[in-house]
Amino acid sequence: MRLKLEKRGEPSRLMLYATPVAAVLITMIVGAIIFSAIGYNGLAAVYQVFVAPLVTVYKWQDIALKASPLILIGVGLAVGNRAAIWNIGAEGQYVVGALGGVGIGIATLNMHGPWILPLMVLGGLAGGAVWGSIPALLKTRFNVNETLSSLMMTYVAIHMMNYFVTGPWKNRKGFSYPQTPPLTHDQMMPTLIPGTQVHYGVLFTLIIAVGMWLVMSRSVFGFQVRVIGSAPNAARHGGFSQKLTVWFVFLLSGALAGLAGVFEVTGPYGQMTLGFPQNYGFTAIIVAFLGRLNPLGVILAGIVMAITYVGGDLAQSAAQLPNASKGIFQAMVLFFLLASDILIRYRVRIVGGAPVPVVTPARSPAE
Amino acid sequence: MTDIPRLSLRGLSKSFPGVLANDNVSFEVKPGEIHALLGENGAGKSTLVKMIYGIMQPDAGEIFWNGERVVIHNPKAARKLGIGMVFQHFSLFEALTVLENIALGMDAKIPQRELEGRIRQVMELYGLKLDPRRIVADLSVGERQRIEIVRALLLNPSLLIMDEPTSVLTPQEVDQLFAVLRQLAQEGCSILYISHKLHEIKALCGTATILRGGKLVDTCDPRVETSRSMAEKMIGGNLKDIQKPVGKGFGAEKFVVTELNVPAAGHFGTELKDISFRVHAGEVFGIAGVAGNGQTALQLALSGETVTQDRDAIRINGDAVGELHAKARRLRGLATVPEERNGHAAVPDFTLSENSLLTGRDRLKLAVSGIIHPTRARKYTGEVISAFAVKATGTEATAGSLSGGNLQKYIMGREILQRPEVLIVNQPTWGVDAGAAAAIRQALVDLAAAGSAIVVISQDLDELLELCDTLAVINGGALSKAMKVSDADINEIGLLMGGIHGDAEATRHVAEEQAHHAA
Repeated sequence: MRLKLEKRGEPSRLMLYATPVAAVLITMIVGAIIFSAIGYNGLAAVYQVFVAPLVTVYKWQDIALKASPLILIGVGLAVGNRAAIWNIGAEGQYVVGALGGVGIGIATLNMHGPWILPLMVLGGLAGGAVWGSIPALLKTRFNVNETLSSLMMTYVAIHMMNYFVTGPWKNRKGFSYPQTPPLTHDQMMPTLIPGTQVHYGVLFTLIIAVGMWLVMSRSVFGFQVRVIGSAPNAARHGGFSQKLTVWFVFLLSGALAGLAGVFEVTGPYGQMTLGFPQNYGFTAIIVAFLGRLNPLGVILAGIVMAITYVGGDLAQSAAQLPNASKGIFQAMVLFFLLASDILIRYRVRIVGGAPVPVVTPARSPAE
Repeated sequence: MTDIPRLSLRGLSKSFPGVLANDNVSFEVKPGEIHALLGENGAGKSTLVKMIYGIMQPDAGEIFWNGERVVIHNPKAARKLGIGMVFQHFSLFEALTVLENIALGMDAKIPQRELEGRIRQVMELYGLKLDPRRIVADLSVGERQRIEIVRALLLNPSLLIMDEPTSVLTPQEVDQLFAVLRQLAQEGCSILYISHKLHEIKALCGTATILRGGKLVDTCDPRVETSRSMAEKMIGGNLKDIQKPVGKGFGAEKFVVTELNVPAAGHFGTELKDISFRVHAGEVFGIAGVAGNGQTALQLALSGETVTQDRDAIRINGDAVGELHAKARRLRGLATVPEERNGHAAVPDFTLSENSLLTGRDRLKLAVSGIIHPTRARKYTGEVISAFAVKATGTEATAGSLSGGNLQKYIMGREILQRPEVLIVNQPTWGVDAGAAAAIRQALVDLAAAGSAIVVISQDLDELLELCDTLAVINGGALSKAMKVSDADINEIGLLMGGIHGDAEATRHVAEEQAHHAA
């Protein structure tokens, strides 16, 4: 008896949606085994990472706050990945977006008015888009692989942030801590739900995700992105420009990452610190794939990943897991998801009989 | 020589998910016999020879070789028995020489010098002209095929399988190939010759086995059958002739190409040189040529997928469009069908109605101001499916789930129902079964009769002669003068196809010979 992979006539829609769920479940099982094997209480670890945040009501706002940037960045990356354009540098675009917002914030520290916050948001959009435009330029002009250039630009962004936070934008009244001056009331994102930290950025994130779903499924732009990703020659035949699509995708995903950055800095953070980058830009890559590159799926996937962020913190105190363990869980989700993707196009069949030996010709005597 | 068959198949069956590719197929090939294996695409010819050559294993049935039952586990085992095969698609490294390519394909390691000697010997013996030191990239398709033949002959095969060998050859090259095959057969080598070109089979083969839907439907003597009778056995029905309008003149000039020049794309691309031709309303203009002579580059340049700096090089209804991209040209009434169906003409992962959006969204208003109207796309796709008898589960079937012939019918229908002013098609019936091919050709003729200008690029000369009013030959990226099909000379066309790009010496040789005969 052996297992055999058979190509399906049509890709399975059931598997398309079932495999992300399966990937999370397998991660929980394997995670429990691994952490038990290295001397932790594996079941408790999995419970803390995946379940505890859900059953603890006061943790829900944390989930919402963590999910918001993941979803916003993930939606942008989902569009890019649909076009087979690989923006790995969302973390950098996120940081530069936040810097764009904070830069305007520092320039307007002594001013008042309802125009300041929208201007900072625009600064965030622009910062992310500018950072995204560099790999786009390199790819369209010099055919530089965008995976590498966008990733490398992330490190440039982080060093740039370090420079501003420890240098020209450092808070002079901050006891020499490396951080920018706190944003004023007019510069902060207003709270959406009273008594929590959930701010209007979370609402905008949801609106944008649903809007992008409409764009991807109903507009010629969304169609163009999908054709470019699925069959580049057919896209050219249909009159779509590969170069323009690269530009669109990088400007869009950069701007959304930048927006996430400015929401974060005008929301929970209130200022820039050296600890500002939280790897949301990288985790959002997992979110995009786990959400099946569909903006609505990205919302769900963003919540799942946010749970692992919150749960990872809980597991540190409750199950004495190291901080890095949440990264292990997140990576396992992506790993199992990509591995199970084969089931969309293939089905597994159990075939009877011994495997066919691969040897030289066996001749039977003449009959 | 005994009367034990060289190869005997008894009850071979092979199934794939959802398809019975071969169903209880039995036949024999005698020593020294040239045996044709005939059938439409999907009839199971390829599966059958893959089992003989050891690439696949039969699910049931037995193979006998010189009277002994054998199990052929892999191609190496097949070669050891004395079975050689020349594939339709060559496996050659373009950057290496002929000699290096042959050396790489040998099972046994032979010193280069000795191998070169043996190659020259085989070439001498069979009159195959080829310099072993030449780089493959510089060779014509016919010459490349000779490498594969030499490679097979070096093993002294007693059965040679040829898979659609003439689809890439000029008429003269076909004659040369047939001479080699006849010589081989005379020496006792059996040949299993796969083709769907019936007049070739009549000229070459002594026996023909016809497959349809995986089953053996007949074994006949092609010399006493007519092409038509064999074709009808292949498709299992009556063959329709193309209905051409009679005595209808052409209208105004619709599509004019003037000294179109396009640099070569990539290292092994073909440069287009001073291409000029004009097509009138109601005219079907054919472009013949051996594969790899610039057909793809020409298709891309005409469709606007590559643009030229010279805007006057291409005119549609008098408008200069050379600088315009595909979308803008399409809005001016140009429709195109590229050669490659999956991934170029259509997106295999997308549904048919999404594929209708690909080329019809602007002309047919399937999308307005950037918003897609899915119901309009579905409606149009439904019209295409019913007008062209496309076999699909519906408008939401993915393009990749359709068979080659059905997808091609859909693609042709998608363009034709847009009522284009000018339609350019590359290889309209390549890999399409005879029934679908006839329907596609008829649709092209009907579109021309309705006043469109049509350009057909094809490697199938018979198709062009049947379909076109005017014909030109592309060779090495240059286009010959156009000639009327009614007074075209097949020998002249063949010589133009061979041209300077192919084996110049052989072409000259043939030309001299013909001049001699004519004198």
